[in-house]
Amino acid sequence: MPGDLLLRVRGLATWYELRRWGLFHQGWVRAVDGVSFHLYQGEAVAVVGESGCGKSTLARTLLGLVRPVRGEVWFEGRLLQTTEDWRAYRRRVGYVQQDPYGALPPFMTVRRILEEPLVVNGVRSASERRARVVEALEAVQLVPPQEFLLRFPHMLSGGQQQRLVVARAVILGPRLLVADEPVSMLDASVRAEVLQLLRALQRQRALSVVYITHDLSTVRHFCDRVLVMYAGKLVEQAPVGELLRDPKHPYTQALLAAIPDPDPENATRLRPVPPGEPPSLVRPPAGCRFHPRCPAAIPGVCDRKEPLDFEVGPRHLSACWLHEGAVVAEAASVAGADPS
Amino acid sequence: MEPLLRVEDLRLYFRTASGLVRAVDGVHLEVGRGRTVAVLGESGCGKTSLARAVLRLLPRNVAHYSGRVVLDGQDLMGLSEEQFRQRVRWARLSFVPQAAMNSLNPVLRIRDQVAEPLWLAGLVRRPEEAQEQVEAALRRVGVPVDFADRYPFELSGGMRQRVAIAMALILRPPLVVLDEPTSALDVLTQANLLNLLKTLRWELGTSFLLITHDVATASELADDVAVMYAGQVVEFGPAERFFRQPLHPYARALRASVVSLREERPPTPLPGRPPSLLSPPEGCRFADRCPERFDPCGQPPPQVSVEGGCVMCWLYAQEASRAR
Repeated sequence: MPGDLLLRVRGLATWYELRRWGLFHQGWVRAVDGVSFHLYQGEAVAVVGESGCGKSTLARTLLGLVRPVRGEVWFEGRLLQTTEDWRAYRRRVGYVQQDPYGALPPFMTVRRILEEPLVVNGVRSASERRARVVEALEAVQLVPPQEFLLRFPHMLSGGQQQRLVVARAVILGPRLLVADEPVSMLDASVRAEVLQLLRALQRQRALSVVYITHDLSTVRHFCDRVLVMYAGKLVEQAPVGELLRDPKHPYTQALLAAIPDPDPENATRLRPVPPGEPPSLVRPPAGCRFHPRCPAAIPGVCDRKEPLDFEVGPRHLSACWLHEGAVVAEAASVAGADPS
Repeated sequence: MEPLLRVEDLRLYFRTASGLVRAVDGVHLEVGRGRTVAVLGESGCGKTSLARAVLRLLPRNVAHYSGRVVLDGQDLMGLSEEQFRQRVRWARLSFVPQAAMNSLNPVLRIRDQVAEPLWLAGLVRRPEEAQEQVEAALRRVGVPVDFADRYPFELSGGMRQRVAIAMALILRPPLVVLDEPTSALDVLTQANLLNLLKTLRWELGTSFLLITHDVATASELADDVAVMYAGQVVEFGPAERFFRQPLHPYARALRASVVSLREERPPTPLPGRPPSLLSPPEGCRFADRCPERFDPCGQPPPQVSVEGGCVMCWLYAQEASRAR
């Protein structure tokens, strides 16, 4: 078991308002809709799901870039309430963006890019800034640092650019790192390299990492625990080995079955894929959001009642009525009213 | 038997502000009838340029274009641009471009877009004549027929990709070039689409030339694998061998760098980066990153024939000569 609790999220909901002609309220896009989980110190957690399931909105909420409409975020044992709380919290969180080239200002040198967060956060002494920049470059193995200081982002390879983004994210010594699809824009051969770097930093500095990805195949060697997200909800949470060995939720099972491994036998067989597409987040289906596509849906139950987080094993939660009878986890999804 | 497509010593160089870019530099390749060849490699190794060279979809800054592209026994390089357009493109050799979902014409309805190859081939004179074939083509790729009157923006990414495939298949060409057909799609959509491509292969006997950087995707379709590095095919052979025991050191490194879901072994990243195509090294282009580099690697490596294909590496030249 990793260290103490760093982050506790209960019933978190981030909705975007839909307006017709930018004026009249039309409804809400329930991108994140009642999400509860814990994150321990020094733990790396992956959030996986398809595009449009709300995982990037979850990342943006955890980064403090959008404020949730409902729910609680506890950081180091304190509930974030006021804007001041969120601001202080944001300084402790690093952000690794998806597209490294888009995330780096093209007319700044590596040195200025890394100095910027220090300047903003009031590190006055130039020599201290310089030392920290060099240290950050060394931490992400852009060595020797002198060679990189005066380069511009376009002079770096994709892998190096992403390392620079990581360096910028850790230069203020955050407790939590939120990485939103950090390797999806990179070549397959450099993906492993960047993921290994993130894993090493996480271990050396006892960082907690929330790793957002659509690619389950990258979680195995780089995370401790996986949260599976579908249509704004977490459907399953489990330690990575257990999730891959024994997925409980039908959606997780479908997701895992769809992922190929490099095996020449693949060409000879079809993969099972559930029918249909993910639902609209404006009017999500009643009950379990996966029930219209679920092969195991129980009529009269799954289409009526929203499933609770059932504890199907140690630290293993599955939000599925198939596991009714198991203990209900404490931080069950909170049903709530319209925030308007 | 003569393969469906044989590519011999294909070269495609581009003129750029910084000099001559040798994007495709002496590629040999074969696609058998009803077989699928996956072209694998890192980005910037010339995969898409190879596809463009085969399809003769060339940008304006081409400095040099030579070699042989033999389709069904006919050398396409001998055809004029006009003959190629009329007799080959779409009809015998078609293309699903990279990010095909964004390559559909936004102001054409799906129906008109899919029918375009029919018009170009002169098979229809009035829109009504195309209708039946368009609907059959859409059904074949699993697009509901009532989508035919929609515009591309009204469809999801996976559906648009299917429309692009329907368009490529409408004239039933024996060979289709697929450039990264699933790279921008979600896991489940991707699995769906690969299922579709497999079914089409089995039912229509279409051959595919699949361009991808994703080793796992390649394993879903490939009968043969061509590994590309810095503008050259360094290993060509049966998929079985590439996935289990690749020969060329680059192919081995590429295989080992794959992040996989079920394999116990953690991935090994491939250090360094490919050489610039502006001035590739004289000898073996992989030598700088190669763990097995030895003396002869400063010289251009030979094409060594191995079972079912070839490998471009001094390691195997030695073995071949020793065996003799």
